[in-house]
Amino acid sequence: MSKKTIAINFDTGWDLNPAPESTSHIQLNEQYQLFIGGKWVKPESGKYFATINPATEEKIAMVAEANEKDVDKAVKAARKAYNDVWSKMPAAERGKYIYRIARLMQEKARELAVIETMDGGKPIRESRDIDIPLAAAHFFYYAGWADKLNYAFPNRHPQSLGVAGQITPWNFPLLMAAWKIAPALATGNTVVLKPAETTPLTALKLAEIIQESGLPDGVVNIVTGAGATGAAVVNHKDVDKIAFTGSTGVGKIIQNAVAGTNKKVTLELGGKAANIIFEDAALDQAVEGIINGIYFNQGHVCCAGSRLFVQESVYDTVLRKLKDRMESLVVGNPLDKNTDVGAINSKEQLATIHNYLKIGKQEGGEMYQSNCSTPKKGYWCKPTLFTNLSQSNRIVQEEIFGPVLAVQTFRTVSEVIEKANNTPFGLSAGVWTDKGSKLFNLTAQMRAGIIWGNTYNKFDPTSPFGGYKESGFGREGGLHGLKPYLKF
Amino acid sequence: MARAEILKTYKIYIGGKFPRTESGRYYTPKQDGKSLGNICLSSRKDFRNAVVAARNAFGSWSNATAFNRSQVLYRIAEMLEGRKAQFVEELMQQGSSKAKAEKEVFAAIDRIIYFAGWCDKYSQIFSAVNPVATSHFNFTAPEPTGVVSVVAPEDTSLIGLVSGIIPVIASGNTCVVLVSESKPLCAVTFAEVLNSSDVPGGAVNILTGHTKELLSHMASHMDVNAFLYARGDKKELLEIQKQAVENLKRVVHYDFSDVYAEKHQNPYYIEDFVEMKTTWHPIEKIGASGSGY
Repeated sequence: MSKKTIAINFDTGWDLNPAPESTSHIQLNEQYQLFIGGKWVKPESGKYFATINPATEEKIAMVAEANEKDVDKAVKAARKAYNDVWSKMPAAERGKYIYRIARLMQEKARELAVIETMDGGKPIRESRDIDIPLAAAHFFYYAGWADKLNYAFPNRHPQSLGVAGQITPWNFPLLMAAWKIAPALATGNTVVLKPAETTPLTALKLAEIIQESGLPDGVVNIVTGAGATGAAVVNHKDVDKIAFTGSTGVGKIIQNAVAGTNKKVTLELGGKAANIIFEDAALDQAVEGIINGIYFNQGHVCCAGSRLFVQESVYDTVLRKLKDRMESLVVGNPLDKNTDVGAINSKEQLATIHNYLKIGKQEGGEMYQSNCSTPKKGYWCKPTLFTNLSQSNRIVQEEIFGPVLAVQTFRTVSEVIEKANNTPFGLSAGVWTDKGSKLFNLTAQMRAGIIWGNTYNKFDPTSPFGGYKESGFGREGGLHGLKPYLKF
Repeated sequence: MARAEILKTYKIYIGGKFPRTESGRYYTPKQDGKSLGNICLSSRKDFRNAVVAARNAFGSWSNATAFNRSQVLYRIAEMLEGRKAQFVEELMQQGSSKAKAEKEVFAAIDRIIYFAGWCDKYSQIFSAVNPVATSHFNFTAPEPTGVVSVVAPEDTSLIGLVSGIIPVIASGNTCVVLVSESKPLCAVTFAEVLNSSDVPGGAVNILTGHTKELLSHMASHMDVNAFLYARGDKKELLEIQKQAVENLKRVVHYDFSDVYAEKHQNPYYIEDFVEMKTTWHPIEKIGASGSGY
């Protein structure tokens, strides 16, 4: 196979000028307390941890570490708010508070976007255009549901559960907080939220917004910390509902912990999505979709299209186009408006990704990375793809959560259906073809909760999100996102 | 001279066939000191075979049209109606009065008819076209969860079994059912009803045996997607929940102590064993001039 590869020369001297977003208008404290009962409370633990900017390795702020006692305080505050205020408030009034939160988020969108990018490393283009607007839209959408719940479930009488314990991941910090808090409040529950330890800042800014909104004290409580804090939330006896987004491994620990209790659970876990290109697809669009599918948010996306299946007849063309497009991705300063791929969220995650790159090569995969340069400081991984893989390779089966694409080929429809479904996960899938009947066959055959046809990584507050199989259960978003927070 | 009756050999039902248990074992449940028969004591291997059969049947049963599934379920009720005398007799053998037995059989038939009607309607209740803020067509619709382990109630022989199985298969799931240990007769006969009702072999598999022996296998099997437990033993439920973790089975618990109540007839029983799938596709917006026509 000594084909001559024709590559586009991107080294034209027409480099983009830096276009950094200003950080002058953001307001951050040096130290953050816990947000309990509407007040900022010092942690019983007396401990604080640093949150780091992964693009510079500099400390941004110190954040309180909640221990069991702190979590207990937060749950008590949530229970009190539920009993005294929130469960008694007319639903329409409840809705108005949620609307207020949405509006305040929109007003402070720029500040939130900059902080999100500093704390998590994602490109400002994404936090500005996707994370923050969607988070605000989520509150706006669910606010309207508060007084309309009886219309959502024919012939049933929905009632709130009580106190919801919610644990969010570091990949979409504010958006995930919105996905959790908005439906919980709309359905009349109160909340104890534990944001991820590497990206707590926007959740704490949200706490400020919640304070400003006049939401009654204790309806939303935010406790920061790592795994132990999350475990304290899950195991607290007075929590009625657990909503978790994170790894399948932790999801199973939670499921085990709540066995035998009356706690309702929603788990939104890992994925290893297939993105399938047929020979009749609009290839340039498909390549854009693949790039967006795997390199969006540095691949820190549970529904990332991390397994690419290309029909053999167009494999060479697709691979060439894909590599060309990878070359044009701008990797670097997340605050720069031209940046496509930002920093890896943490040192630990970078080590995980590097380990998978090693495994991929050891198992016989052929690795390709774009030729970009990366900054000296910070945590970076170049856009990567692997070819020459088999179904059993670990980088094909396991979730990497990084900008690493596993490329495989197929000949027939039935073959690709079999291969695509051949993982324990079932969160999402993508299909690219210009033939409608083929598309609908594929979307029906994929055992996954979200299917993108001729598009990828699209999200909306009205659109339910969640997985099949070991990608978890329950849905977030849309009408279907109400049910996990209600009893009948 | 009186005619010698032909006594029935009670078998299990796997993949549309009626084998005895591969283990060759049996147990003899009694009613008022009288044996009900030598009932198969199903083994772990029987269960595993049944899961293979259920997985194989999942493709065809879940891909059958909703209208077709509706007719097949209706057919089950037809067959049951035709054999109601046999079920009444078996229920009486297991300790029921005639009136109670008739009530149970009629309720079971009516319940099947009720859910048969939902097969091609429930997805309209639970689906949504979602008004996303981008130029995409986006809809959410239910699909069956997969293979379901079912532990049918212990205290009833037929109505609990039917109330458990029928909503599970209405959406296209397939299942492996462990039936009442002390009252197993109707379940075995119900398998014969299923077998003559165009239900594909393997869509419903019926095992008799000891709950203690089979429960953990039913809960831990990696190719089972969900678990329906329709009994009241908290300890058993906890065991199921713990064993179900490894592949995140959806565990659903029903209290069927008042199984005749009308509240047990609603489409939410079907919804418990479906997964919501959301599909996106772009909508091209070229040439939209804003014209009202």
